[in-house]
Amino acid sequence: MAQDDTPRGPETGSGAILPGPPHDGADDPVQLIDQHGVRRPHGHYDELITDVDGAALRKLYEDMVVVRRIDAEATALQRQGELALWPPLLGQEAAQIGSGRALREDDFVFSSYRENAVAYCRGVDLTDLLRVWRGNASSGWDPYSINMATPQVIIGAQTLHATGYAMGILQDGADSVAVTYFGDGATSQGDVNEAMVFAASYQAPVIFFCQNNQWAISEPVGLQAHVPIARRAPGFGIPSVRVDGNDVLACLAVTREALARARSGGGPTFIEAVTYRMGPHTTADDPKRYRDANELEDWTARDPLARVATLLDSLGLLDADYTDSVKATADAIAAELRQGCLSMPEPEPLDVFKHVYSAPNSWLDRQQDHYERYLASFAEASQEGSR
Amino acid sequence: MTTTTSTTVKEFRLPDLGEGLTESEIVQWHVGEGDTVELNQIIADVETAKAVVELPSPYAGTVLRLHEAAGTVVDVGAPIVSFEVAGEPGKTPTTTPSVPPASAPETASDEVAAPPDGDTDAAPAKREPNLVGYGAALEKSGRPQRRSRAHQAGTAEATPPPVVKPVEQPAAAASAQAPAERPRSTPPVRKLARDLGIALETLTGSGPGGLIVRDDVLAAADGSPAELSPGQQPAGEPPAGEPPATDTAARQTRTPIRGMRKHTAAAMVASAFTAPHVTEFLTIDVTPTMELLTELKASRAFEGTRVTPLTIVAKALCIAVARNPTVNSSWDEQAQEIVQYADVNLGIAAATPRGLLVPNIRAAQSLSLVDLARSLASLTETARAGKTPPADLTGGTISITNIGVFGIDAGTPILNPGEAAILAMGAVRSTPWEYQGAVALRSVMTLSLSFDHRLVDGEQGSRFLADIGTILRNPAMVLTMV
Repeated sequence: MAQDDTPRGPETGSGAILPGPPHDGADDPVQLIDQHGVRRPHGHYDELITDVDGAALRKLYEDMVVVRRIDAEATALQRQGELALWPPLLGQEAAQIGSGRALREDDFVFSSYRENAVAYCRGVDLTDLLRVWRGNASSGWDPYSINMATPQVIIGAQTLHATGYAMGILQDGADSVAVTYFGDGATSQGDVNEAMVFAASYQAPVIFFCQNNQWAISEPVGLQAHVPIARRAPGFGIPSVRVDGNDVLACLAVTREALARARSGGGPTFIEAVTYRMGPHTTADDPKRYRDANELEDWTARDPLARVATLLDSLGLLDADYTDSVKATADAIAAELRQGCLSMPEPEPLDVFKHVYSAPNSWLDRQQDHYERYLASFAEASQEGSR
Repeated sequence: MTTTTSTTVKEFRLPDLGEGLTESEIVQWHVGEGDTVELNQIIADVETAKAVVELPSPYAGTVLRLHEAAGTVVDVGAPIVSFEVAGEPGKTPTTTPSVPPASAPETASDEVAAPPDGDTDAAPAKREPNLVGYGAALEKSGRPQRRSRAHQAGTAEATPPPVVKPVEQPAAAASAQAPAERPRSTPPVRKLARDLGIALETLTGSGPGGLIVRDDVLAAADGSPAELSPGQQPAGEPPAGEPPATDTAARQTRTPIRGMRKHTAAAMVASAFTAPHVTEFLTIDVTPTMELLTELKASRAFEGTRVTPLTIVAKALCIAVARNPTVNSSWDEQAQEIVQYADVNLGIAAATPRGLLVPNIRAAQSLSLVDLARSLASLTETARAGKTPPADLTGGTISITNIGVFGIDAGTPILNPGEAAILAMGAVRSTPWEYQGAVALRSVMTLSLSFDHRLVDGEQGSRFLADIGTILRNPAMVLTMV
């Protein structure tokens, strides 16, 4: 099964250095749909997606179109001064939708700041997705409302939260799973390594889902990882798998396998989804300054959406009615996102005291009292001073 | 007139497109006045300090007015385009002003940019930079940072307008009373002055109590452009975007002076009119040096290293500095002291995409020849790629400009501001030359050395130049010098 178009990451990560202990998956990423939209049979993973029929594949495609549209709209809103910053996910739709759609409602997600497509799968309110980036709130949503923690900006810290949560699941005797998302850069953080040690020690039901998008801001993955990142996990006693992160079916399949392992007491799994950040790190970044244009071209040829569209077309499932309805859905959601952004009420000064403690706190009350009196001292702006 | 076709005018103000930017340049407009645009249609390319980005239209409607021409640097928060938008009260709640969301309560004294005339929209609150990374906020604040003196007036200084146009008196012509006390200014202004090569003592402060403010420095930097020494001509720097306004009468192009050109000019003026320059020339037979280079290139120790005449000249200069340390010093006018440097932080004038830069190699005298060669190669490579870190551009103590690469023999280089000497190396030419009592074709090069006559006397400068010449004429002579 020659797969010359399979993404392998940069040359430096070719894996020729260590003959060493193999991890459960091979270095060649698991692939079920190749970059030309051809469905590749797989001896092991095919049976995990037997339920994915044409309609389900269409739904996955629609999800990817919608989240790409959300991403484009949010990027535009930033350029229009409506958001202070936005971290685009362009190119990583398959990794996020494939894994996100594998989850059960009672699973719990701990993500970084780029997993807006995962949040979409969890059913996040679109306006909530933007609150923090607009500077309107210090946190976007109630994590328990969608079983997804609000995005962690500190690189890799969420892996510890996930492992801790998974240890809690063990205590509860439940069969839900904690899933944590992070990038290739985060694997160099102490937190991620500590989280893996604890996850392995306690055989906690946690999935480490690493989106290796090749770039830690401006640093190529080859500098941080001389062997595929997935090979690190076995050193912690955690089985790992490399998957084509631009293949939504493969991402769905490997995530399902990891979930099943975790639910049945098999402990943690490490997934390295090999993908590509086609856009900037954030809207404040210019990847052209550090990235070869040819690289983007190579990865554009491996676009996660295009290959599914080709596959659907070859199955006769990409008729105009369907594509029109997908586009209409995406446009409507984008309009809803824009409206939600623009009509977000400005926060009141005293909102800063909300959501600090769940129970009354005399120190905070005192500070709030002082602040109220301070605000009241502005003769014109004393509307908040009544008490 | 039907009831539904009421239109509203919407003003779009330049947002902060990165994190903590205060201004951006409009590179190109993709729409013109009267054009119909769709929501998110790309209307302009804008260059920030971080990136060139596309600006999508925030409205669907008609472009009523473009407030700023392409090529203009605009402050964040200033209006750049007005749209006529249909059916206002109905659908979209666009009464939200299109300003950055983090806008803070109006602060009267913190003027960002005065809208030119009456706003059609309710003027939204201006952005007050207050997030992490808003380093530039300092220059907008007249509040005392530290060591404030008693008579600090209550008013904050206004921020300068984005396009600095007025031509004021050049730095050198400014009042030249040399006060013993350091002129008063704020750290950001001092840094700006240092970056622009403006000596603060040449300025008269216009701020409260004679404080030198940003405007004073910018006005001084805006003086007439300096003449560049040959070989220091940077790569042409045409402004991006549409051609600048052309004179109607004559065939001439007027380009606003800004960016690198302005900085270079300011630095040259400051240098040329503060340090009395003397230039000396020495023409020598460098055939033995060229033979040495051939040998080095073939040697294993230098494998993969680029060795050029510049490498040897740089090494020779370091050796000559050790014997003539006064050329590696600086004139501190304020302190009335001469600063003698132990390290040779060797600046190399480089033509880069951004213009003339003089990055330097720290403690070049401590480097072996092979390390020096590598440092030179990486320094020029980095500079040409436009990636020189700012730290490499400060702290130089003496410089070399290689005008030979342009096929030039000699010139009168202008000192890199604050340094006492600069050496221009000319082209190596095959020339009929006296050799062992007969005329032979030899490799000949001219060295031009400019030095600051306040610090360096003719004798010292001449000895320094002669030492370099001795080494290049016969590298073995180093044995007698170190």
